[in-house]
Amino acid sequence: MTSTPLAHPGRHGAEGTDDRLGLVQEAGHLVLRLSGDWTFDSPLCDPTPVAAALAATPGPARVEIRVAALARWDSALVVFVDTVHALCVEHNAPLELGGLPAGAVRLSALAHAVPERAGGRRPGAGRLWVDRIGVHALARLRAGGDQLAFLGEAVIAFGRLFRGRAVFQASDVLLFMRACGPQALAITGIINLLIGMILAFIGAVQLQKFGAGIYVADLVGLAITREMAAVMTGIVLAGRTGAAYAAQLGTMQAQEEIDALTTFGIPPIDFLVLPRMIALSLMMPLLYLYACLVGLLGGMIVGTGMLSLTITQYALETQTAISLTQFAIGLGKSVVFGILVAIAGCLRGMQASRSAAGVGDAATSAVVTGILYIIITDAVFAVMFNILGI
Amino acid sequence: MSEPRIRVEKLDMIFGTNVVQQNVSFSVAPGEIFVIMGGSGCGKSTLLRHMIGLLRPAGGRVLYDGESYWDAAPAEQLALNRRFGVLFQSGALWSSMTLAENVALPLKQYTPLSTTDIARVVSLKLALVGLRGFEDFFPAEISGGMRKRAGLARAMALDPDILFFDEPSAGLDPLSSRRLDELILELRDSLGATVVMVTHELPSIFAIADNSVFLDAETKTAIAWGNPRELAKSCPETKVRAFLARGEAAPAAAAQAVG
Repeated sequence: MTSTPLAHPGRHGAEGTDDRLGLVQEAGHLVLRLSGDWTFDSPLCDPTPVAAALAATPGPARVEIRVAALARWDSALVVFVDTVHALCVEHNAPLELGGLPAGAVRLSALAHAVPERAGGRRPGAGRLWVDRIGVHALARLRAGGDQLAFLGEAVIAFGRLFRGRAVFQASDVLLFMRACGPQALAITGIINLLIGMILAFIGAVQLQKFGAGIYVADLVGLAITREMAAVMTGIVLAGRTGAAYAAQLGTMQAQEEIDALTTFGIPPIDFLVLPRMIALSLMMPLLYLYACLVGLLGGMIVGTGMLSLTITQYALETQTAISLTQFAIGLGKSVVFGILVAIAGCLRGMQASRSAAGVGDAATSAVVTGILYIIITDAVFAVMFNILGI
Repeated sequence: MSEPRIRVEKLDMIFGTNVVQQNVSFSVAPGEIFVIMGGSGCGKSTLLRHMIGLLRPAGGRVLYDGESYWDAAPAEQLALNRRFGVLFQSGALWSSMTLAENVALPLKQYTPLSTTDIARVVSLKLALVGLRGFEDFFPAEISGGMRKRAGLARAMALDPDILFFDEPSAGLDPLSSRRLDELILELRDSLGATVVMVTHELPSIFAIADNSVFLDAETKTAIAWGNPRELAKSCPETKVRAFLARGEAAPAAAAQAVG
């Protein structure tokens, strides 16, 4: 019987060889001799020599694993056996494991007890970039459709509200009102105060050159009441309340709480979304008025401080410049923005995927969507009011 | 022969290209305890979700007393849902409400009871599942098994016609599991409820199930129907017998049970 060693056991540290694995050809079949430690303490044995031996023509009729002076072993050995098994199946050579320790043989058998699930491996790793662009585009279209569908459901739910048939708890509305109203006063106040001051400052610098410093009052008054108070407050609430709603609903979605509502015959839109929409649409106008006050105050601070106007002068000029129409416009916008923030938050929350990352993404998306809705609607309003001549 | 309480006709559960199960048909008689069995991942919970209105079937019908759920108008679907009591696998309690508020919500919405009366009913329901005294606890403050029992109390709140349980014994110790079985039997006997359960627990299945269906993950359809005790003895399908015997009778099928 000719015995041709294909690798040299006992050679330490030589490149490309593992001295724990010896390959021997015996009369047309391949014998693998394993020795030494086969544990996770050292890198897993490289099966390349085995693969090369199997791929050679003519390939061996069968493969046998024998053990010589095997010391410690753990799953590292079983992994190697599994790899050799796969190679043998590929090259159609039966594998004999008789030489291995009994435990390793049993583990190897267990690993092959349940066949691989058909269709288990997911495609997509090798997709072309064109493919992926297409998939994304279709997903975006579907997402746009989902937004419209949600908007429609919210409108229908509002209809149920006015007919008195909506299913929700009034106590929830009060809870949400407290969270988005009084608890938002501090940040709304600070932001609008500073906005008022900044507007006044920038206006003052320019208008002073023409000796027209008094018109700072007009500038600040119109900008704040018509645009800035409503928009800034809307954006602040999108950040703090819209994200909160998305996180709340996203977590409920992950824990099947929304499904539970559905199975009890309680429409989630009624129970979860309506109270939030009502709370925001009631609190936003109040926050808007407060924001106007604080913004005008900020303008006054800069106007009287920088331009040496008196408080009376500033106040009178402001009063002349703005009319009730401006407030009406601002109030109307603030109600609409409140509803939009609630819709964005609740929509993203209910669309959240059921994982921690999903809830985080939903919160981010709620803020971005809310701000987008606000700005786009503001632009539409601007054009509309321009055409109407208001 | 009276109309079955629930009839599932040729139900297809397909998501995109992924076929979970196809052509599943079975019926549940009034007052019956019906078990949906099968290996892990074969679509038992998905089937339950199709029956209670959470997932629309790709094909087939789900009929309650002859009325098709998925062909009905939304208002009728809601009315049907109010006859169900559902226990989800992890309880699905509303996490921002106490146990008492959880059980009280269906009562508040659908009964004319006063707040004090509701509190008394809630105490009773929680006592029935062994949670007397935990009314003011939040779901996060109690163990998984207790959350499940609270979910059951909530499912029973309105004394529903039809109860759906998704793995009710999972996570319960053997004694609690036995008590749960006894509670289910009592609900059937005293309230005349029909029970549909998804479960793996062989002791429970043999103790209380009247009828069952076995879903197969390979052929992706139902392969056996009937009383589990009879199926264990005489079902022609080896998979079913191996499942019900926990792999004892058929060693070659032990590998299937592992999966």
